[in-house]
Amino acid sequence: MDLIKEVEKKVIKEGLPDFSPGDSVKVHVKVVEGGRERTQAFEGVVIRRQGSGARENFTVRRVTFGIGVERIFPVNSPSISKIEVVKRGKVRRAKLYYLRKRRGKAARIKERR
Amino acid sequence: MTKAILARKVGMTQVYDENGRVVPVTVLEAGPCRVVQVKSADTDGYDSIQLGFVDKKENRVNRPLKGHFKKADTKPLQYLKEFRVKDSSAYSPGQEIKADTFSAGDYVDVSAVARGKGFAGSIKKMGFSRGPKTHGSHYHRGPGSLGSVDAARVFKGRRLPGRMGGWRRTIQGLSVVDADGDKNLILVKGSVPGPRGGLVEIKEAVKKK
Repeated sequence: MDLIKEVEKKVIKEGLPDFSPGDSVKVHVKVVEGGRERTQAFEGVVIRRQGSGARENFTVRRVTFGIGVERIFPVNSPSISKIEVVKRGKVRRAKLYYLRKRRGKAARIKERR
Repeated sequence: MTKAILARKVGMTQVYDENGRVVPVTVLEAGPCRVVQVKSADTDGYDSIQLGFVDKKENRVNRPLKGHFKKADTKPLQYLKEFRVKDSSAYSPGQEIKADTFSAGDYVDVSAVARGKGFAGSIKKMGFSRGPKTHGSHYHRGPGSLGSVDAARVFKGRRLPGRMGGWRRTIQGLSVVDADGDKNLILVKGSVPGPRGGLVEIKEAVKKK
């Protein structure tokens, strides 16, 4: 198992902000478009973090024009240039799947200070 | 020179390629191996090398084997495997083979004994399709018809439930993602047969170049 960690050490990014389900984050993703690279931000609520080590990933959910969009990002992906924590949320479970059934006011999350 | 090495399967993880894409890899602790015997066409009728892997205690080795290791001037080794090579004169007994014989971008064939799965049905073992579970069906996971009536017997080679796994399997054409001679590590894209900790043979790919 230690050898796996040895391999993963190269992959795992350092200096990532500490964020957990319920937090609102802004993920800056590098996109290659027609040969040139630019960054795109995806802002929303983290509804899940799963896996460990180099295989860890998280899901960000946002609702645009009434349509829910969820994106799954690997935590250590080199195509993520930055993760910003916008708001800290106070939630009572690790997986916020219940947000999918809610819209508008009901889908709010209390802020943690 | 045909390349070959023995390794121990460590487990799987993922790394990223230069485009930032996830590559699933199997981590293999490869080598250092020793060439214990070199066979050539003149003396043995064919060209091959015998590789040894993992040191073994001196007192665990019987006399005939001790002599065998002494010939190659190596320490006693746990695993011995023979690999057919094109020209064995490129190797000499006692030579050390490390993970850096392979390099990133190489294609390899990986052989190991697959995990035993016990007595498995034809769906799991052979990929047969299943019957309906409900709607009055009494045919669920059976193998189906075994043949025609007038043959009055079942032909040899009929695929039927039975022991699955525990046999040697080779996965061809896996690409090497990384090979590190100092850490004795080889990363291979994709999965490899066998349990974690199992012995694995890595050879140059037969088909892909």
